[in-house]
Formats: sequence, C-alpha cells, structure tokens
Amino acid sequence: MSRRPYKREVSKGGWWLTQPRYIRYMAREFSCVLIGAYVLVLVTGLWRLSEGQAQYEAWLARVESPAGRLFAVVAMLFALYHTYTWFQVTPKAMPLAVNGKKVPGAVIVLGHWAGLAVASVLVWLLVVN
Amino acid sequence: MARSHKPIVWGLFAAGGTLSAFVLPVLILLTCFAVPLGLAPADLLAYERVLGLLGHPAAKLAVFGVLFLVIWHAAHRMRITAHDVGIRADTLVAALCYGIAAIATVAMLIVLPGL
Repeated sequence: MSRRPYKREVSKGGWWLTQPRYIRYMAREFSCVLIGAYVLVLVTGLWRLSEGQAQYEAWLARVESPAGRLFAVVAMLFALYHTYTWFQVTPKAMPLAVNGKKVPGAVIVLGHWAGLAVASVLVWLLVVN
Repeated sequence: MARSHKPIVWGLFAAGGTLSAFVLPVLILLTCFAVPLGLAPADLLAYERVLGLLGHPAAKLAVFGVLFLVIWHAAHRMRITAHDVGIRADTLVAALCYGIAAIATVAMLIVLPGL
C-alpha cells in the first residue's frame, strides 16, 4: 500500500444529488417514507374508529383538511412512483419463459399494469358498493 | 454458514412492495380523493358505513394483511435508505423503523377484532 493512498472525496449524505439517476434512485427509496406515513394515518384511523364516532370524525376532519389533502397528493405521487419502479424491475426479478421462449420484458411490465387495473377495479367495487 | 434473519425481512419487504404497488394507489384514491372529486357517494367514509364494511371478518383480514405487509416493507426500506443518506447508526435506525412497524402491527391486532 502506498503511504499516501488516493481517496476520492465522496459526500456521505449528499452523493445522490450529483447525478439525475441517483436522484431517481433516492426518489424511489424515499417513497417508503410517504407510504409508511400513509399506513400510519390509516392505522390511527382504525384506532379512532374503535374509540367511537366523535373521535373517528375528528380524525376524518384532519384527513380532509388542507394539510391532509396536501399530504394525500404527495403520498399518491410517491405511491405511483413506487408502483412504476416496482413494475419496471419485474422482468429482471422474475424472468418468464413460455415453451422455452423468453417473454419480452415489456410484456411482463404491461402485464403488471393490467394487473394493477384489475386489482384497482376489484378493490373499488368491494369498498364502494 | 451463519444463520441470518435477512430472508424473513427480505420476504416481508418483497411481499409488501408488491402489495403496495398493486393496491396502494386505489387505497389512497378511495380514502382521500374519491369523495371530494365526486367519484363516490358522500357517505363513503362515514362512521357507520366504515364500521359496517369492517364488520366482515374477511375485510378485517384483508385490511390487516395489506397494512401489515406494507408497513414492514416501508420500515425495511427506510432502514436501508438511512444508510444511503449517511446515517451509520444502523442498530438505532433498525430499532426505530421496525419498532414503529411493530407498534402499528400490535395496534391493529388490538383494535381490529373488536370493530
């Protein structure tokens, strides 16, 4: 080992700001903060529901306040970005072959978006009807 | 080879990530946007109605399953991301992330059966 080894300067916390694809990577990873927070909001709602109507309606009023709406918009954007990135890697995470022929990646990704549509309609019908 | 708890956490992460990808957008739509956008009746989230929906054991199980897997997915990713932004206190971060997920899990187990 040389006496003065070369050490490239890498910022510990800010390295991901240096390239667009690092920022996209961090946006993907950061989606967990919004997703986790949204689940905690729902779990709080379940708790309030058990405490009675007044408590539940106070919780609902906070969800429907301007701050609650802003949170929902940001949470929705990050949830959709999570969905997009999750589906994008599916051809690599689970490559598929039919009759010994490789299924093109785009077909696997499209299949997942079709699955999202079906799942969304199902959940919607179950909750709204 | 040393035994590791990684496969369990990784399994929860993958299952939660998949579930989150498929159902979280419609869940946020239903709980936050459907009524103000006029896509669903105004009483969609009314107290009696939500209690009625959750009265069914299958609904309780579905809600628990989705929220449980998604919160553990988020907790695990948050732990890994903390390292990425330069936080090196992994034991503390892991305790915090998994602790919050565990509290949410226990809270649902306490509250859901009685709804």
